[in-house]
Amino acid sequence: MIYLTRRATFSASHYYWNPSWSGEKNEQVFGRCANRNGHGHNYTLEVTVAGDVDPVTGFVVDLKWLKDVIEREVLAAWDHRHLNLEAPEFAATASAALIPTTENLAIAAWKRLDPAVKAAGGAHLNRVRVYETPEIFAEFRGEA
Amino acid sequence: MNSNLLIVRKTLITHNEKAYFGRRYTISASHRLHAETLSAEENRATYGKCNNPHGHGHNYVVEVLVGGAVDAETGMVVNMAALDAVVRARVVERFDHANLNLDPLFVNRVPTTENLCRVIFGLLKPALPAGELVRVRVEETENNFFECEGE
Repeated sequence: MIYLTRRATFSASHYYWNPSWSGEKNEQVFGRCANRNGHGHNYTLEVTVAGDVDPVTGFVVDLKWLKDVIEREVLAAWDHRHLNLEAPEFAATASAALIPTTENLAIAAWKRLDPAVKAAGGAHLNRVRVYETPEIFAEFRGEA
Repeated sequence: MNSNLLIVRKTLITHNEKAYFGRRYTISASHRLHAETLSAEENRATYGKCNNPHGHGHNYVVEVLVGGAVDAETGMVVNMAALDAVVRARVVERFDHANLNLDPLFVNRVPTTENLCRVIFGLLKPALPAGELVRVRVEETENNFFECEGE
């Protein structure tokens, strides 16, 4: 089994706000991240797939294919967007909006990527890691 | 909002997937690698430059990985401000701009980065505000790092 990781970057804005809480509680829990005008980050997304090396190509997966999957499934929806307003999983207008924390971004990115990786057969998604800054990251490994 | 709607909303939002939150901290500290049980020659042979008598220093990066269910209300595994407070109080304030050899935890323990990693894991494990400590990684330089998962 070989693990192969591809990195991609995207830039987006967001804020943290739980609509079922008071403004005071949101500010107390989320601090400056609760500023309703939002703020932004340069995110780095790391996608790790695991699988056996193809004896003919020497590949686990074709990196160009993986790059295209990441761009189509994740970057097209999130890059240069306001996550709370434009990303379907986080849009505040949706009845079940999730807060776009780094943890939830990692889970949401996994859910966007997993069907495409599964459909291709062969390698499987092993880990998705999202860096919000070089010092802060969250990862999801598909665990319940 | 009526209660049925509230229940639907809560059901849709709630998910208990396990995720991991990672955070990196920097500490600058000095150390000297020297084992009391070895002779001067053995220390020199084992540790090389790291055995120089007056010690030397590094900018260490401490990476803390916390695992747990994502809280449905906050979207978080652990609140970063709360985690920062614990890591600062227990690790950064203790070791930053300090001589590791003089810390009581290193009296009978050579302050290699392996041991620093284990010591930090032990300091943080019982004190996390939420989630579970999965791994501590300490980078001594950009070319070497050590990881401890509490095994």
